[in-house]
Amino acid sequence: MNTRKSVATILGGAVLLAATSLLAQAPTKVGFVYVSPIGDAGWTYQHDLGRKQMEAALSGKVTTQFVENVPEGADAERVIREMAQSGCKVVFTTSFGYMNPTLKVAPTYPNTVFMHATGYKTAANVGQYNARFYEGRYLNGVIAGKMTKSNIAGYVAAFPIPEVLQGINAFTQGMKSVNPKAEVRVIWVNSWFDPGKEREAALTLISQGADMVTHHTDSTAVVQAAEEKGVYSFSYHSDMSKYGPKTQLSGTTHIWGEFYIKTIKDVMAGNWKPTSVWGGIKDGMIKIAPMNAAVPKDVKALVTKLEGEIRSGKRHPFVGPVLDQDGKTRVPAGQVMKDEELNKMDYYVQGVDSKLPKS
Amino acid sequence: MDQSLFTSILFATVVAGTPLIITALGELVTEKSGVLNLGPEGMMSVGAIAAFAVTHHTGNPWLGILAGMVAGMLMSLLFAFMALTLMANQVASGLALSIFGVGLSAFIGKPYESVALPSIVPMHIPLLADIPYIGPALFQQQALVYFSWILIGAVAWFLYKSKAGLILRAVGESPVSAHEIGHPVILIRYLATLFGGAMAGVGGAFLSVFYTPMWVEGMVAGRGWISLALVVFATWRPLRVMIGAYLFGGAMITQMFVQGSGLKLSIPAQFLSSLPYLATIVVLVLISRNLKTIRLNSPASLGQPFLPDA
Repeated sequence: MNTRKSVATILGGAVLLAATSLLAQAPTKVGFVYVSPIGDAGWTYQHDLGRKQMEAALSGKVTTQFVENVPEGADAERVIREMAQSGCKVVFTTSFGYMNPTLKVAPTYPNTVFMHATGYKTAANVGQYNARFYEGRYLNGVIAGKMTKSNIAGYVAAFPIPEVLQGINAFTQGMKSVNPKAEVRVIWVNSWFDPGKEREAALTLISQGADMVTHHTDSTAVVQAAEEKGVYSFSYHSDMSKYGPKTQLSGTTHIWGEFYIKTIKDVMAGNWKPTSVWGGIKDGMIKIAPMNAAVPKDVKALVTKLEGEIRSGKRHPFVGPVLDQDGKTRVPAGQVMKDEELNKMDYYVQGVDSKLPKS
Repeated sequence: MDQSLFTSILFATVVAGTPLIITALGELVTEKSGVLNLGPEGMMSVGAIAAFAVTHHTGNPWLGILAGMVAGMLMSLLFAFMALTLMANQVASGLALSIFGVGLSAFIGKPYESVALPSIVPMHIPLLADIPYIGPALFQQQALVYFSWILIGAVAWFLYKSKAGLILRAVGESPVSAHEIGHPVILIRYLATLFGGAMAGVGGAFLSVFYTPMWVEGMVAGRGWISLALVVFATWRPLRVMIGAYLFGGAMITQMFVQGSGLKLSIPAQFLSSLPYLATIVVLVLISRNLKTIRLNSPASLGQPFLPDA
């Protein structure tokens, strides 16, 4: 009788223990809000690669969910709220226009961590993260400067905001660093995504003498158009070599996986803090796409060396003297551009052979 | 450079205008019969993915175009059934068709997002292709470009020179009178709507198979809506549709050439990208500013349902 009772107690205790440990190990729910369809390449595609990498690395400890194609604005707020309400411990909101909706929802769910990409406001449970895209651009520019014959590179750009200008200017800085005669021409298509327009812009630049093209828009149209014309290109967001196997020389890609893994681990361990993360090549958040076989060995070696220097902090794409188009000194000799200055960039550096549209 | 600047601008203008011409002419015929179908954006999207998928699987772009055409027709059939048989509101059904089409194309297109099609070699027209300046721009184009020119003539001839066209216009002007003298109003409107769907499908096919040989969600990017507007601003005249479409394409391409030329002009980018819309509307409004001819050209019963036994 006694033994039976104790057996029952032990059993009961074991069940309870198992239950509590199960509860403790209940996977952390993580939500992602995407601005466009995932597709096969581009901004959202890279975030989804990161999500998958994180899920694989923390398998069993996390479950993830995502909603794609969420318009910025009221819809975003609704989706973010639903994710938090459904028990997500961490919500990644991956587009600039999600910043205010994220901040609006956050106070209602103090136990949820919100991570917003590419914005600038933080709160008690809202952190920021972004990548130093311009570091990759600089290296792409070096390749372009070494390999161009016409000394003209074409750049298809979406909107004249600091992030895009950083890319154009860094590409130009890289190009000019190895080829003082080089110039960069820019066409604004005023759209993040319109394959037809992007293609026309690329073809226009090519017919005007550009023998290197790149883009800060979302589709693969520019790389594809360049392949058709036999002109070299650099992809953005993703490696698009599938669309330009012969002509895509390299590209600037974003790698979010490691960052997502670290964030989730921090949250699980209770170490997470609402900070702004701006990571680059050093942090593994930016990688250049594999260099094409067409890139000569010495150029490859140079780029690898420069990449190492950027990683170690020895080199900065915007090291003084940096002059803008009008000849005004933006960074004096011997200094590098500060992050605040990068974030406010609203001019072209010397070497860009177009005029910045007034906004 | 082996091509002069003029030639490359003209070439790109023609390419940019082609999907608009094809789609707008289809819509023009539909509207001439008195049916207002606001669905070109959706029909183009479905046409684009159908053409892309079939071209990918068969390797034959012509079968692809055919598939785009059939897909566009099926979409317009859906609209025709709602608007003509069930007498639903045409504006609402058309809008629904656009929204549905864009969504449906995204759904069907999921597996094709990672697929790239080989680009198709343009078709050179012997002799004409060798004319300096104009030849390389106009006669070394994709076959569908030539098709769009034939279509302009065919639609103009059909509407204004053939008996069938006369009947179609009569149905659009006064379905009651047409019905009284024994014409099958609903059938004619069905056919006109199907033609509109077919052409929108071909317009979409041009985008996904010839223009940018790839599939991505949302790649039609508003061209259906522009076609729709072209019909109205061209006051339902085929030739003016062509002028409007090339003007739109031309303004878009020219502003890009200006941007890429290295000329130091500081014009707001927003203004530059709204230029094609502004130029097209202003010019078309100017050439068709005569109120009387507008009234003459616009189908009197546009958008109104017709109940045969009323």
